[in-house]
Amino acid sequence: MTKTLNLTLRVWRQKGPDSAGKLETYDAKNISTDMSFLEMIDVINEQLTLEGKEPIAFDHDCREGICGMCGAVVNGRPHGPEKGTTLCQLHMRHFSDGDTIFIEPWRSRAFKIIKDLAVDRSALDIIIQAGGYVSVNTGGAPDANAIPISQETAEKAMDAAACIGCGACVAACPNASAMLFTSAKISQLALLPQGKPEAAKRAIEMVRTMDKLGFGNCTNERECEAECPKEISIVNIARMNREFFKASFFSDVK
Amino acid sequence: MGWFIKTFTSSIGKKWLMAITGLSFCGFLTSHLLGNLTLYSGKDAFNSYAEHLHSLGVLISVSEKGLLFFGIIHVLTGLVLFIQNIKSRPVRYSVKKSAGGRTIGSFTMPYTGLVLIAFIVLHLINFHFVDKTGTTIYQIVQEAFSKPVYIIGYIFAMIVVAVHVSHGFWSAFQTLGVNHPKYMPFIRKAGIAFSLIVGLGFGFIPVFISLTI
Repeated sequence: MTKTLNLTLRVWRQKGPDSAGKLETYDAKNISTDMSFLEMIDVINEQLTLEGKEPIAFDHDCREGICGMCGAVVNGRPHGPEKGTTLCQLHMRHFSDGDTIFIEPWRSRAFKIIKDLAVDRSALDIIIQAGGYVSVNTGGAPDANAIPISQETAEKAMDAAACIGCGACVAACPNASAMLFTSAKISQLALLPQGKPEAAKRAIEMVRTMDKLGFGNCTNERECEAECPKEISIVNIARMNREFFKASFFSDVK
Repeated sequence: MGWFIKTFTSSIGKKWLMAITGLSFCGFLTSHLLGNLTLYSGKDAFNSYAEHLHSLGVLISVSEKGLLFFGIIHVLTGLVLFIQNIKSRPVRYSVKKSAGGRTIGSFTMPYTGLVLIAFIVLHLINFHFVDKTGTTIYQIVQEAFSKPVYIIGYIFAMIVVAVHVSHGFWSAFQTLGVNHPKYMPFIRKAGIAFSLIVGLGFGFIPVFISLTI
């Protein structure tokens, strides 16, 4: 049944990448429990616009939980308190009347705040560019299923490929490490025969690029897998460690 | 050699250093505990164990240097990771909650580590670099544990060891790439069991000694 909520929001407001930010307080009145979290911010932004104030900048795109564009830290939890859910799929029915909700952007040295809750996550793209590709021959389309891959392996690769690159793992990590993201991107290709020719170069280049971009080091806190909206497991991090080991000691890549 | 340095200064390389040295300390704890268990069967058993241990000669001095070398690597790498990890998030969250991944062991790792290094220094001063002429190691232990401050300090340190190892043990396996649905649940349980055995095995020594005086 639809109810309405009255909430107090404490939202991080920051004019630009280099300006100082602070938490501002807003009253969210008559918020329907059927709304998504982003729709709730839309309502607040309508109000702010009518009052002649600057609306809250936040990232969003598909609003179906598949694009990886949205995300904010809600009451200390990336994408909010629900397990395996992106912020756009978080509904207001999970909150109670009178709640105070803290909304902050992803925080990491490698992610610069563009404005308010909008964060520049191009560091993740740079990691992919360093080695997250496979080489394919040009010419006619190859036959489907020409290369035998077991169902189990295909499933594991797909589990890693479910990563939408939202950056919640970095936001959740006490060390702001991008290990879960990088390991998912390495794993999805390392598991399949198509990714084998570049495996060594990929592992080394992607890990070194990740380090260079200023992400922290993994200390196996497991917060990333607990917060990942696609529930990607740290088994992938162990696989990346093995890939990096093989590449470092048994390949020609320097 | 450029690749070698690059490998071990990478984030994964540093993890390996922590894991390999840490696992070898687990091995040390096991042998140290097995030896010290002779304390529970009395003065003579412990003294003769100590004698046998020292008669190993060069084996012992090599192990000591190895442990010292590993200790330096573990502490320095740990400090570098600690500082880098603080720097990687220059602006902290106003509100941050755990999603259930962290444990007491995992989030206290650098702090329990610093407590342990202080303990190890004191421990070596008390029992290793102590003047052993005209006395037995059992008497030294007995005298130390006649002081309540020592008993409390030692038990506290053993709780800290157990907490540190409860995260360190399974974490080392994860770092070395040994994570598999078949055996990870066992490794996690073995880590908890190991930390309990170490904590209780060492922790009861001062209690036992002070009761048998």
